[in-house]
Amino acid sequence: MSEQQVHDFHERHDLAPGDEEEVRIGPRLIGYVIGLGLAILLTATSFFIAGTDLVWQPSIPVALVVLAIAQMGVHLVFFLHITTGPDNTNNVMALAFGLLIVFLVVGGSLWIMSNMNHNMAPMDQIMQMQR
Amino acid sequence: MTDTTLPYAAHGDPHHLGGLQDVALGHAGPASKRIVTAYGFWIFLLSDIVMFSCFFAAYAVLLRQTAGGPSGGQLFDLRSVAAETAFLLLSSFTCGLASIAADVRNARWYQLAMAVTGLLGLGFLALEAREFSDLVARGAGPTRSAFLSAFFTLVGCHGLHVSAGILWLLTMMAQVYAKGFRADICRRLLCFALFWHALDIIWVAIFSVVYLLGSGT
Repeated sequence: MSEQQVHDFHERHDLAPGDEEEVRIGPRLIGYVIGLGLAILLTATSFFIAGTDLVWQPSIPVALVVLAIAQMGVHLVFFLHITTGPDNTNNVMALAFGLLIVFLVVGGSLWIMSNMNHNMAPMDQIMQMQR
Repeated sequence: MTDTTLPYAAHGDPHHLGGLQDVALGHAGPASKRIVTAYGFWIFLLSDIVMFSCFFAAYAVLLRQTAGGPSGGQLFDLRSVAAETAFLLLSSFTCGLASIAADVRNARWYQLAMAVTGLLGLGFLALEAREFSDLVARGAGPTRSAFLSAFFTLVGCHGLHVSAGILWLLTMMAQVYAKGFRADICRRLLCFALFWHALDIIWVAIFSVVYLLGSGT
């Protein structure tokens, strides 16, 4: 990264999404290696948990979801360089709004559809009524 | 307007929040083009993720609607999924290496890292194509049940994104080769890196929710 860009970063106190505050190569490389290591660890745990009999079975879906969210966090921090720093506020706010919509869509769909499944008569009875 | 009219400015800016001082001094101007471009692309990526969340919701709702056909547990080959995951994760890593190489203006390492990224992406696509053709050959195509329609839509949409990403990757390799690390090319590179990392994040959700949770049913 050139001197000019480094200067720009410290002048503006704002970062583009995906840009890092760190400009030296060594620490940046180490950041990616740490991210890769954590991601491999979490992925391996997910695949192990999914096929094992060692843990209480109903806990497996919850564990998988938690591991997936943790790994997405690892990707966001180490690969996309989204941080809680003040130079990243706009990026985090946009992300937070996106996540709000995602949770509304997924959670709302599951909630409504399970309610409808619960309250609707079984299909064969509906067919009987239409006759 | 001078600093003395604003009491905030007198205390300095210990957390580098900038805001009020920038307003007061008024010469900071709009953000640099690199920030504006990347931020706009970030918003596009978030809207893409919202679109994927709709497909995820459809899949989760239709998970048990197999219409008497095969369920996820009978269809999914988790070893192939693990290989796909490894390909995509490693390609995300090498894409990061390519961004570093581009920032230090090292064309050779950049082209090497991008080539490895593209090959890993192609490996991912080959595995996915093999899985899809295998499913269709076993009579479990997208027309078999609502569950399979949702599955093919969600995973196929991600595969289309990866295909588009590989085309973009080849374009970026050619552009850097032909034009060097110009400012506009570097902005496109930043957007490409964001896109590629976001695809990996979506794949994390897919292998967890679709394959690992779906094969438990």
